[in-house]
Amino acid sequence: MKKFAFNRAETLEDAVSAGASAGVRFIAGGTNLIDLMKENVERPDRLVDITRLPLGEVKRQADGSLSLGALVSNAAVAEHPLVRGHYPLLSLALLSGASPQLRNLATVGGNLLQRTRCCYFYDLATVCNKRTPQTGCAARNGINRQHAILGHSQACIAVHPSDMCVALAALEARVRVLGRQGERTIPIADFHRLPGNEPEFDTILRAGDLITAVELPSNDWSEHSHYLKIRDRASYAFALVSVAVALQLDGEYIVEARLALGGVAHKPWRLESAELALRGQRTSNSSYQRAAETLLQGAEGFEHNRFKIELARRAIVRACAEAAKGTRR
Amino acid sequence: MDDASSSFEITINGTKRHFNVEPWVTLLDLLRERAGLTGTKKGCDHGQCGACTVLVDGQRVNSCLMLAVMQDGKEVTTIEGLAAGNELHPLQRGFIQHDAFQCGYCTPGQICSALGLIREGKADSVDSIREFMSGNLCRCGAYSNIVAAIEQARGQL
Repeated sequence: MKKFAFNRAETLEDAVSAGASAGVRFIAGGTNLIDLMKENVERPDRLVDITRLPLGEVKRQADGSLSLGALVSNAAVAEHPLVRGHYPLLSLALLSGASPQLRNLATVGGNLLQRTRCCYFYDLATVCNKRTPQTGCAARNGINRQHAILGHSQACIAVHPSDMCVALAALEARVRVLGRQGERTIPIADFHRLPGNEPEFDTILRAGDLITAVELPSNDWSEHSHYLKIRDRASYAFALVSVAVALQLDGEYIVEARLALGGVAHKPWRLESAELALRGQRTSNSSYQRAAETLLQGAEGFEHNRFKIELARRAIVRACAEAAKGTRR
Repeated sequence: MDDASSSFEITINGTKRHFNVEPWVTLLDLLRERAGLTGTKKGCDHGQCGACTVLVDGQRVNSCLMLAVMQDGKEVTTIEGLAAGNELHPLQRGFIQHDAFQCGYCTPGQICSALGLIREGKADSVDSIREFMSGNLCRCGAYSNIVAAIEQARGQL
């Protein structure tokens, strides 16, 4: 690990001002950052410890939304009574990610900002446009089993590894960010970006921006939701494909639907057209199949991950059928 | 607190200790190399194997992914802190009685993780134990005996 300077931020303003300098990284849970520093993928000059900032609360807001402080641990969010009761989709997604030890450390903000687990991104002996821009992509013709089938570019075929963010996409969460120009709210759909020609940028955040909270809208979809994660091990593995689905039903008919995929793209994959394809339809496999076709339009696999297209199609149908049966608690 | 070494205090197994170390020292390295507590093991050093599991403020965590300097004022429990004098902790007894290890390298992490698991109330079924112990790998493959040891100990805490 490269040597670095360290200080603790005492106020939010301190953190934002310190974070704006080149070579500075915020540290909270550290589960991803320390790992990347040990691999020399991340080489910050200074770490600013933000863990003592007042961002550790889960609270109901006046408009009915639920605010998750950026420093609340993944475990605490998953087990929080308001999350379990009203946003079981989020709880399920969080508990399907990482291990109990990691979930105790990892935070809401850090989960949003975690980097891809593409093995070439981690391996300094290979080229990677995300790690070092304009060097090439070793994954394209490499071992790409874990990689993207949607939204990838010539420059990068990495996927975003989060489970939490897939649930947040379906729940239409908002990210609260404090920057040098003050506070702003970013819809989760706009927070992460596709790789394009600049895969080094995972999100639209810029230097100094500090995530303060994630807000969950009051519509909680708690009756009919499901998170299905398909992976190489039964537990403690990243998704090959995951599906977050939330349905609002009227008898056998779908009034409204939200559908997001994980493990398939540089960001949680969600298309309004796929959700509209479910609106007014019967809760049947043929309805789910049509939505799956729409959501997977344009999917293109590589040598080792073409199976993901059919896997995603089947996972969507199964997840929708599970959600229609009622949320498992 | 800035650039060079930082001065801070951590309570380890009930004893307050003072340290002055560089910011890049992990909690795991601090425990093993500065505090002389080598019971906590370094396996992968990347948060994947769970051998370094300790409890910080009562919660199980991977000490290899934590900076020691960030634990200022916190309470750390390691495998050395579980027994009461010569009286082994119920989890330690359970692991011996059920032959829940071969080489023993993952065992301190398994036991600290199991203690966290039981406190979280997640040790109520075999399926739950297996799911919520998935962050601790045992390459000798003693998993079924580890589950049995935890099942025995959960009622004795």
